[in-house]
Formats: sequence, C-alpha cells, structure tokens
Amino acid sequence: MMDIVKLTAAEIAGKIASGELTAVEVTEAHLARIAAVDEKVNAFLHVDREGALAQARAVDAKRERGEKLGPLAGVPLALKDIFTTKNMPTTVGSKILEGWLPPYDATLVEKLRAADIVVLGKTNMDEFAMGSSTENSAYGPTGNPWDLTRIPGGSGGGSSAALASYEAPLAIGTDTGGSIRQPAAVTGTVGVKPTYGAVSRYGMVAFSSSLDQGGPCARTVLDAALLHEVIAGHDPMDSTSIDAPVPAVVEAARNGSVQGMRVGVVKQFRGEGYQAGVLQRFDESVELLKELGAEIVELDCPSFDLALSAYYLIAPSECSSNLARFDGLRYGLRTGDDGSRSAEEVTSLTREAGFGAEVKRRIMLGTYALSSGYYDAYYGSAQKVRTLITRDFEKAFEQVDVIVSPTTPTTAFPIGERADDPMAMYLADLCTIPTNLAGNAAMSLPCGLAPEDNLPVGLQIIAPALQDDRLYKVGAAVEAAFVARWGHPLLEEAPSL
Amino acid sequence: MPGITREEVAHLARLARLELSGEELDHFATQLDDIIGAVARVSEVADQDVPPTSHPLPLTNVMRADEVRPSLTPEQALSGAPAQEQQRFKVPQILGED
Repeated sequence: MMDIVKLTAAEIAGKIASGELTAVEVTEAHLARIAAVDEKVNAFLHVDREGALAQARAVDAKRERGEKLGPLAGVPLALKDIFTTKNMPTTVGSKILEGWLPPYDATLVEKLRAADIVVLGKTNMDEFAMGSSTENSAYGPTGNPWDLTRIPGGSGGGSSAALASYEAPLAIGTDTGGSIRQPAAVTGTVGVKPTYGAVSRYGMVAFSSSLDQGGPCARTVLDAALLHEVIAGHDPMDSTSIDAPVPAVVEAARNGSVQGMRVGVVKQFRGEGYQAGVLQRFDESVELLKELGAEIVELDCPSFDLALSAYYLIAPSECSSNLARFDGLRYGLRTGDDGSRSAEEVTSLTREAGFGAEVKRRIMLGTYALSSGYYDAYYGSAQKVRTLITRDFEKAFEQVDVIVSPTTPTTAFPIGERADDPMAMYLADLCTIPTNLAGNAAMSLPCGLAPEDNLPVGLQIIAPALQDDRLYKVGAAVEAAFVARWGHPLLEEAPSL
Repeated sequence: MPGITREEVAHLARLARLELSGEELDHFATQLDDIIGAVARVSEVADQDVPPTSHPLPLTNVMRADEVRPSLTPEQALSGAPAQEQQRFKVPQILGED
C-alpha cells in the first residue's frame, strides 16, 4: 500500500496504462492513506470516497475497452476547496458557505474530469484564500507533515500537505500573493503559479480578481507539468483568460537544462527578515546553477521593496468588492432573519457571523483604501507601484531568461506564532508577491533543508508572462541535480506519519 | 496620515455591512492603523508621472453571439438559497414598515 502512494503521478499513469495497476487499486491506496493520517494532518475538508471510486472504475473500464487514456488517467488529485464542484461541498474554508453544494463545476474541474483524473476531495485552506498559514480556515488549521505543530503555508496549505503526507500525488492550488508557491516551499513540494490568465478562473471563488491564478501542485517538476498541460488553455467563460497556445511545459520538463541560460539574482530578494539557513540554501542553489552552465546576473529591482505594501492595498480592495456577494440572500449562511429585521441588517449580521477575523480585517482595509479621500493616496498609488514593478521585471527580462530567489524568507513557523500579528504574517509573501502584481509565471521547488531547523527551503524561479515552459526547463535541471546530490527526493527525509 | 479612530472603524464596518462587536472595533482600529502605517509608503511614488496598472492583461471587451443557450434551471439556481418562495429568492424586508 505504502509503495503505491509513494509513486509519482507519471509513474502511476504509466502503471495504469500498462495494466500493472488498476485505477481502483490506486484510488483505494490513497483513500486508505487519507483514512490513516488525515486526522493528524487535516489536509482534507471533504473526501469524496464514492465519487473517486466511481471515477476510477470508469477509467479501468475505458482501458479494458481499449480506449486511449490521457497522460494522467486514473491519477488521484486533491482539489483546493475554492473551486466549485457540482454536488460536492465547496466552502472556501469559510463558515459562510458551510454545506453549500454548487450547481456547476468550475472549468478547471471539468478539465480534470475530462482528463480522467480522480478527484479525491477538497482540501483545507485559509478562508477565501486569505492567509499565509492555513490557520484562518474556519475548519481548523492543517499541520505541516514535516512537523505537525508547524504551519503548512497558506492559503493552499491543505493541498501541499496532502502531497507531502502522500495522501495524493497531485493537487490544485490558487495563488493570489503566493498561495501555491509558499506552501510548496515550506512542505518540500513543487508548486507553480502559471502566467495570469493561463488557467481559467471560471468557478474559482474570487478573492482578488486581478491577481488570483489557479495552478498545479505536485511532488516532482514533471508531474506539475503534466497537470499544468491538463488545466491550462483558453476558456470563453472567463473574460480574463488568455487566448494563446499553452507553452510546451511537459516537453520542457522532460528536457531540463540551464546550459547557456542567463539567470538573474535580485538584490531586493534578501536582507532583513530572511532566515540564515534559507539564504544559505539559496546561495548553494545559485552555485549549482553556475555548475550546470548558467550565467548569473545581478539585478536591481528597486520597486520590489514596495510590492508588499501595494499588494496589501490592492488585494483587500478587490476582496472588499468581490466578497460583497456574500450577503445571505441567495446562497450560503443567513443569520438574524427573525421577520423584524431589514435585508441590510440581516446581511450585516450574516457577514459578522460567517466571516473570520482575517477576512473581516481585509474587507475593512479594502473599504478604507477605496473610500473617498483616501483612494488616490492608497489604492491609486498602489496601482502606480504595480506599474513600476512591471517595468522592473521588463528591464530584468531584457538581461536574463529567468530570475531566482528564495520562495519564502523563513521556513515553516509554529502554528499560532504570528496569528495575531498581521504584518508579521504578511511578510511570508515577500518574495512571491511581485510576480502576482506583474502577472508573470513562477515556480517553487525544494532546494534543501535549513540547517538550523531541518525544515524545507524553497527555490523560486520566475519567468516572463507566457514563457511558463522556462520554469519547467530550469526546474527540471535543478531538481535532477539536487536529487542526484541528495541521493533521493527531499521528501524522503520527512518523518513518517 | 492621521491615525484610524474607533469611530472611523465603526463607519467602515457600516459601509462594509459588518456588524462588528465593540471588542472587534477596538482590535481592528489598532491593527488597521498598524497595517496602513506600514503600507502607506506606496504614496511616495504618487507624485511621479507613473500611469496606474489595474490589471496585468490588456483587457478588451469580449463579445459572443447573442444566442439562447442552456443555463441553470430555476431549481439549480435556487438550490443554495437560504429561503425561497414561488421559484424566487425570499429575502428579508427591503423597505421599512413606514
């Protein structure tokens, strides 16, 4: 049983295609693993046992009929609970949607199903994807499989924890300020934020519409590429979806190389607030890139210093607008409707009862930033910073093919440590945010354990918009070199659960 | 920039339709003040001749042919409603008694 759950997605798909394993066997192995460990990890909010097995049986039947199977057919997947799933609960980690059964599937979910990927269930997350630790979930925090007393990153902590605890070989996350890459970094897994607009946002509950981006999470670079290819592509249902061919990410992942590439190191991605062991592993990664034949170029991107500030004005502003739809009138929770209160009063009581502290804090912050008299000073200025950051990236990518940095300034911190200090929490997104503001693509992959605490460190690779394949080309080369150096994938050093 | 007062937070809460408790008002007043203080640096670039970016993609209107297509049934659309009546969303009173 343990052997099946340790296989990569590519290996599972190969064994199902060759008949060595059935999709049902693979699904049962993962369901058993979830049953054995998820009480400790709390990666899943909902496990769809029957649905997953039915889908697995359909894959096996297809194979028996001799039908051609897709590259990930029969592979189980953990889906962040931010995507609508027909007749399967979708809560976005919030009490305000407890028990809600959406009447339709998100485009991404339709694509997963069409590719015969087996959806195991929905994973835990910070409420409405607001957070850097998965502590803001209304359904309790998720533990980091490396140390269950620590955070698994946020907001997609459930998805990454499911990968790191071998509950699923593939997962889906969403990244508004780093919510795919940051959990990947602190759990020793791989996470990719595709170019903004590359993966449909239709049916993905909106937090900050100009920043939100769904993407693949996996334990290897190749697995992430295989999943990327399934979920990316133009969607007429999403007006912000890019109508352009998907870059050849799988081919890039199979042909990893940095030979002759120019790799940028940004001055602003280090300094105060960075853990020594994180910087040590990052410096070693840069040395490795040199050994593999890359040329390292020092870059100065001065406006990156303002990225965190701009983000924590723009994201709350868009959230205060997007979350206005949760009014207790058409779906979800309704509180205080005793016949004497007005709709406005019921809405206020419902939102007070249904939203957690971080969501309220950001709604209030956004309402303030957008309010008359402050709009130009805060929201307007933040949008100007966004322009400057985009220009810094453009200038940088004239000189280099990709940029590398630490993914997070520190390793996983203890649950509760930053819970009541919003600014300390927000610092976790320091390195990931510029990419969301500019809309380009980025990946996080493991680059070792920090010597002081033996916890995973992530290496971030950033590519220009629509050049997502570069992430995989570089990522695959780095991953192969590290695994050769370590003698095994990093996750094998995690304590067994 | 002036500090954020408790009264201001109460006003924002009304605008945002959040019935905050007194304890929350105090808590948020301190926290919002800290956060705004930390992020106010963005205004340092406000004087510069920099155009704002509201979105990473050059968005244009996306139009489709105006054709009748299948959509959610009334039952599906109402399936998550907290209350319904005669195939409609039933909501609390919008206008006061008077």
